[in-house]
This record gives sequence, C-alpha cells and structure tokens, in this order.
Amino acid sequence: MGQVVAMAAARTFDSTGEAYVGGITAALTSVFHLVIGGTYIGIGALAHDFGFASWWLALSTVLVWAGPAQVILISAVGGGAALPEAAVAVSLSGIRLFPMVVALLPLLRRESTRLRDLLLPTHFTSVSMWVESLRLLPGMVRQHRVAFCNGLSTGLMGVAVVYGFVGFYLAAGLPPLFGSALLFLTPVSFLISTARNARELLDKLALLFGLALAPLLAALHVQLDLMWSGLIGGTLAYVVHRLRRAAA
Amino acid sequence: MAGLWPYVILVLVGFLPNEIWRALGLVLARGLDEDSELVVWSRAVATAILAGVIAKLILHPPGALAGIPAGVRIGAAACGFIGYLLVKRSLFAGVAVAEAVLLLGGYVYLR
Repeated sequence: MGQVVAMAAARTFDSTGEAYVGGITAALTSVFHLVIGGTYIGIGALAHDFGFASWWLALSTVLVWAGPAQVILISAVGGGAALPEAAVAVSLSGIRLFPMVVALLPLLRRESTRLRDLLLPTHFTSVSMWVESLRLLPGMVRQHRVAFCNGLSTGLMGVAVVYGFVGFYLAAGLPPLFGSALLFLTPVSFLISTARNARELLDKLALLFGLALAPLLAALHVQLDLMWSGLIGGTLAYVVHRLRRAAA
Repeated sequence: MAGLWPYVILVLVGFLPNEIWRALGLVLARGLDEDSELVVWSRAVATAILAGVIAKLILHPPGALAGIPAGVRIGAAACGFIGYLLVKRSLFAGVAVAEAVLLLGGYVYLR
C-alpha cells in the first residue's frame, strides 16, 4: 500500500482552489486509483447482474461511498433479502467508519473551523480516503487541509463512478466466461485486501470466523444470517483477543 | 425493478444506515479513542460481516459467475490467496492469480 513517506515538509498552496486541485491530483496518482478501479469494475458488474440501473449504481457510489456497504446493498436487495435485514447488514458494515471519522477530524480542525466545513470530509470518509489523508495531511499546512481532503475525495469518488460504469457495461457485453471473471473481482479483491489489513490476531480471526459462519448459517436457513455471522464471529474473535491479552 | 422504488431503497437501506456512523463520528469525535474496547469490538464485527459477504459471493454468486462450478470458484480464491502470500503480499498478484485460475477452470469446464 502507500508506504511512500510524504516528501515535502509542511506542504503549502497559494489558494484554497489550488489545494483542492492538489487533492484531485493526489487521488489520481494514488495506488488507490488502481484498487478502486478494480473494485468498482467488479461492483459495476455485480449491479448489472443483479438487475440495477447504471445511474442507480452511480448515485449509490456518491451517496453510500463505501465498497463493502454497496456490495452488501446490491447483493442483499438484489438477491431478495428482507429490506430490514439488508439495512442492518449495511449498517453493521459501516461501523468501521465511526472510528475513522473520529481519528480524521482532529487533523482537519482549526480554531476557526465551522461544523459545516467538516460535513463534506465526514461524508467522504472511507477506507481509501482515510488511509491517504492520514498519510498526506500531517505534512501540510493546516489551513489548506480541508480543501485538499475534499479534492482527494472527489478524485477518488470520480474514479469509482467512472469504473462503475465501465464494469456495468462490460458485464452487459462480455461473453459469460469474462463476465464471471469481472464478478469474481469483488469477492477476491475484498478477501485479499481484508487479509492484508488484518495485522492483529483479532482481525484475522474475525475474517476467518466470518468466512466460515456465513455459509454455515445460510445453509441452516438461519434468519438474518449475515448479521448473526458478523455478531457471533466478531464477538468470538474479540473474546479470544481479550483472553490472550489477559493471559499475556 | 422500475420507477422510483430502487432509489427509495437506496436512501433507506443503503445511504442512511451507513451514513449514521459518519454523523455519529462527527458529533462524538471528542472523547473516544481508537483503542477503546467498543471501537475494537465493532471493528471485529465489521470485519466478520464483510468476510460473510465475501464467502456468500463466492459460494452463491450472482449472474454469470454462477455458471462456473463451485469447486473452480473456491479453488481460484484459494490460489489467489496463496499467490498473495507468495508474491510479497501483493494485492495485485493475488487478484491476478485468482482470476487466471478462474478463467482457466471456467474455460475447461465450459468447453
């Protein structure tokens, strides 16, 4: 991932507009350009095969702006799950956004910052934007951080919307074998990127338990299987993590 | 699905349940740190849910992917994971290996 250290110390811009453009440039040259491209080509193919419209997908990218939540939304609603269950599953997948916002805002805030200046960065918070913001913002003068962050986010979101359309129309036109390869991008890239982000035992166990429990509960026809596999698998992983820490 | 209904679902089932966590973060940004037990537990639950979605997409896939046998899909995902571990823990290498195995297996099967 982006392990390159920000080079210039206390980077500055001539104006807010320039900071915004600087953010867009950072987005287009980021490694997440590729990651988001692959992910949203997959999500576009998924939306197509579950019968959603391409503009619906674009709007969902702008409004939801979280790959996992969009995959859950599309596959659960498209697959005929009960709407309350889909909403709960989407909401549970979004919990991780909460600590990210909590960690990001102190980097953006100044004495003179109004709450409404933070509304956009709050909505834009997602894994990719968060990782890049925490890497780039500390090396930048504080007065331009909000504009830079908004530019970075618009750039990443723009990439996602465009690749979503690409995946959607590729899935519509490709022979089945290649269409299936596009659809396979989502589970495989999520599997590997989640494994890569799982540095602690807690995250590895949660990944493993979730992978095992969801198909098991679905096979047993348990209602709300996704929600239960998350709550049970996540809590089991947390308990093991606590026990190990207590033993250490 | 037609008309406005999919957009109502998008807002009620997609946007609001997800956005509430960002809004909460904005309101409660002070007072909680990343290592608090509640945050650690919710991270584990969020990871397990995502893992569940991944497993279901591989085992019960939509559309064209359902035409590829389950054994090929699971084998391709496993090979991708091994490829990721072998090639410097590279996301790109893992995805490339998984896709290559899927295409090869699918080609042999569909032929």
